[in-house]
Amino acid sequence: MSNVGTDPGREAFKVEASELLTELETSLLELEEAPDDEDLIGRVFRAMHTIKGSGAMFGFDDVAAFTHDVETVFDEVRNGKITVTKTLIDLTLSARDHIRALIDSAETGESVDEAKAGKITEGLRKLLPSSAEHTETPVKEVDSSQKTEERAVTYRVRFKPNKELFANGTNPIPLLNELRMLGECEIIAHVHNIPLLNELESEGCYTYWDIILTTDKGENAINDVFIFVDDDCEITIQVIDTGDALDDERDYKKLGEILIERGDVSKEELQKILAGKKRLGDMVVDAGLVKPDEVQAALVEQRHVRKVREKSQTKEPASSIRVPSEKLDTLVNLVGELVTVQARLSQVAIDKDDPEVILISEEVERLTSELRDDTMSIRMLPIGTTFSKFKRLVRDLSNELGREVILFTEGGETELDKTVIEKLNDPLVHIIRNSIDHGIESPAERTGKGKPREGKIHLSAEHSGANVLIRIKDDGKGISTEAVKAKAIKNGLITPDTELPDKEIYGLIFAPGFSTAEKVTSVSGRGVGMDVVKKNIDALRGSVEIESSEGNGTAITLKLPLTLAIIDGLLVKIKDDNFVISLSSVEECIELTQADIDRAHGRHMVNVRGELVPYIRLREWFEIDGKEPEIAQIVITEHNGRRTGFVVDYVVGEYQTVIKSLGSIYKDVEGLSGATILGDGTVALILDIQKMTQYVEKEELESFQ
Amino acid sequence: MAVTDIAETTQYLTFKLEDEQFALDISKVREVLEFTTVTKVPRTPEFMRGVINLRGSVVPVLDLRLKFGMTMTEKTVNTCVIIVEVALEGESTVLGTIADSVQEVIELDPEHIEPAPKIGTKLRTEFIKGMGKRDGEFIIILDIDKVFSTEELTLAKDMESFPAKEEEREEVAA
Repeated sequence: MSNVGTDPGREAFKVEASELLTELETSLLELEEAPDDEDLIGRVFRAMHTIKGSGAMFGFDDVAAFTHDVETVFDEVRNGKITVTKTLIDLTLSARDHIRALIDSAETGESVDEAKAGKITEGLRKLLPSSAEHTETPVKEVDSSQKTEERAVTYRVRFKPNKELFANGTNPIPLLNELRMLGECEIIAHVHNIPLLNELESEGCYTYWDIILTTDKGENAINDVFIFVDDDCEITIQVIDTGDALDDERDYKKLGEILIERGDVSKEELQKILAGKKRLGDMVVDAGLVKPDEVQAALVEQRHVRKVREKSQTKEPASSIRVPSEKLDTLVNLVGELVTVQARLSQVAIDKDDPEVILISEEVERLTSELRDDTMSIRMLPIGTTFSKFKRLVRDLSNELGREVILFTEGGETELDKTVIEKLNDPLVHIIRNSIDHGIESPAERTGKGKPREGKIHLSAEHSGANVLIRIKDDGKGISTEAVKAKAIKNGLITPDTELPDKEIYGLIFAPGFSTAEKVTSVSGRGVGMDVVKKNIDALRGSVEIESSEGNGTAITLKLPLTLAIIDGLLVKIKDDNFVISLSSVEECIELTQADIDRAHGRHMVNVRGELVPYIRLREWFEIDGKEPEIAQIVITEHNGRRTGFVVDYVVGEYQTVIKSLGSIYKDVEGLSGATILGDGTVALILDIQKMTQYVEKEELESFQ
Repeated sequence: MAVTDIAETTQYLTFKLEDEQFALDISKVREVLEFTTVTKVPRTPEFMRGVINLRGSVVPVLDLRLKFGMTMTEKTVNTCVIIVEVALEGESTVLGTIADSVQEVIELDPEHIEPAPKIGTKLRTEFIKGMGKRDGEFIIILDIDKVFSTEELTLAKDMESFPAKEEEREEVAA
């Protein structure tokens, strides 16, 4: 296989490896918490095993060679010869990083730190019991021609261990379990060799197994399973069904043929027996030619192959497929355009007033809306994948900073748009870093304060309407409002006599260049961080909220929209201009008459069922000339528990809004978050009511100073 | 004699603002559209006329006449929007500029292009790539990247006396 960078096989391997490495990391971190969990050890081993195998196949020989060493150690762990220790996890984690570096370097051509690799391998070898010489085993060359064959082949494996198998510390059960992992598998134990109790050596292994395995992994995968017991066992692997299109005869071989093929009985003997009239299975047993369990095994094989063949005929649909994310992006864009065209169709249908056209248009509307929801849901990913990355971050950081921190995660299954998740990574890293560096105290400090030694960070995600709330809570020392204030005064952000509620003081830490940490560490303290968090979350049309209690900890809540591409909006009109307000923040629409204005003495507030709601006249704010109609409309919105009204001329109605960017030229325009294209082809602007409210507040405040 | 960065014969799209001829390097031009409805983005400088729908994309439209100190473009049958691709902050951005009329695509040899005089153009010299001569008339060849540079756009905003941007607070005491 040629090793060109664009080789699709190599690309596939990179994608696969990256997933395996992520899984490896997660498993390792879980393993640290539950060192005895055999399942986890198995997962680690398998991940490494696959990386090794596929790595060698696609020409990543260095990856294969390096992974082999790590795998060897984990094989010993699996066999119970080495226990899981922190050193082992540490080493394996750095080995994982090294494997990633090796794979990346193949692409970039950068050299990797060989010395580091040596150190890791050496460290790992030290962990091996001295008797084990497995490290010398060369990496098995994987026959690629065998492996690339995707077709599922059925094998008959006879695994006949020597009697002394147990004496070498090998447990056959995990081996069989590993075979099960390879594919559909039936295992039959042959127990007829077990002697009577008085002759039984309790340490001897008398059982042997027939395994009927259907796998697409190739024969080598099976060999790999037995790689360490090769010498102690008799292993025969035979192909019994190649998975080819069915031959003329639908049935798999007859029982007798199988027995002959296995050498359990000869053809002549069988024919002799056939003279009798009993069922073949019973007959051969009665004749003492084979043991009942051998017949049983043959029957199982027959059944298994039949089943596999039937399945391949019904063509099992793929349960999931891998699609490049760009294709999804294109799909979403197309759906966006479709929604726009559909809006146009609806408009034309209404204008034409032709019942038939209206019917079709309504049908299209329904389909489009379904298609939109489905397409959006394809892009939804559980946030859990991001969460698991933070486990590693917390672990590494707490080591580095001498803290003891446990990360709890909750709601990892909460789904969010792929782009949101991607852009969420950096802000979360910053926040968690801050929590560990500034929030959680050192163990000594904590015990001094009567807190448990170990700090806790809670990372949780939950749905809340059309938003997702992500909360990062720590039980550290909290934010000192005094320190923040002092620093803000020093930075000239506020004057000493400014009186601010706590919430706003916390808000100050989002100012660029702000950091209350007295000394700068490698992690934080340089004041870049929280402003980046704010900026990134703003870009996602989300918001950040801080709650803190000094001495008890801090909670930061990120509120994010589910999706970035399409929202349900409320279309409103001022003069000839159209605007869209996100429907999720709209509470109600009420009328505003001259009488109402007079009653409030011209002040911009209105009485909504006894509650005072201030409003913003969009016509004034947008400097649109002309007069408001006699009866204007107020759209009442709610944000963070505060209600604000927006006065518009007309409320047109609900509108499926495909959000388009206004481009870099208009990126600084306050109070607008984008634009959308209406059914008639004109452009409507999308209002960012939250920003606009803040801006109006600020402007009014300034106008009085 | 010629302008240093114009080394070979290039094609230019010529257009008129008022009665004056201007030209753009054809490689910067994506297409020419009829003038359609422009949606004004509120609270932006006047020369930023707003946004249009270009087959499903939202594209900003700028008025070069206002930018160059002339009066606002009035809509006539000849009014066009020239869609250009400019590099803004290193990113290629599509935007439209309004022209009173689009003339033709011409070829100009480097020897027919002179550097812009330092005085007398009534335009910022960096906006001008060179002065082309054709049939005894001058054509102002614009450096469209410079005209629409981010700096220019930000400057324009500041001129509109926008309140200085402060840090955004979660909430401000009412």
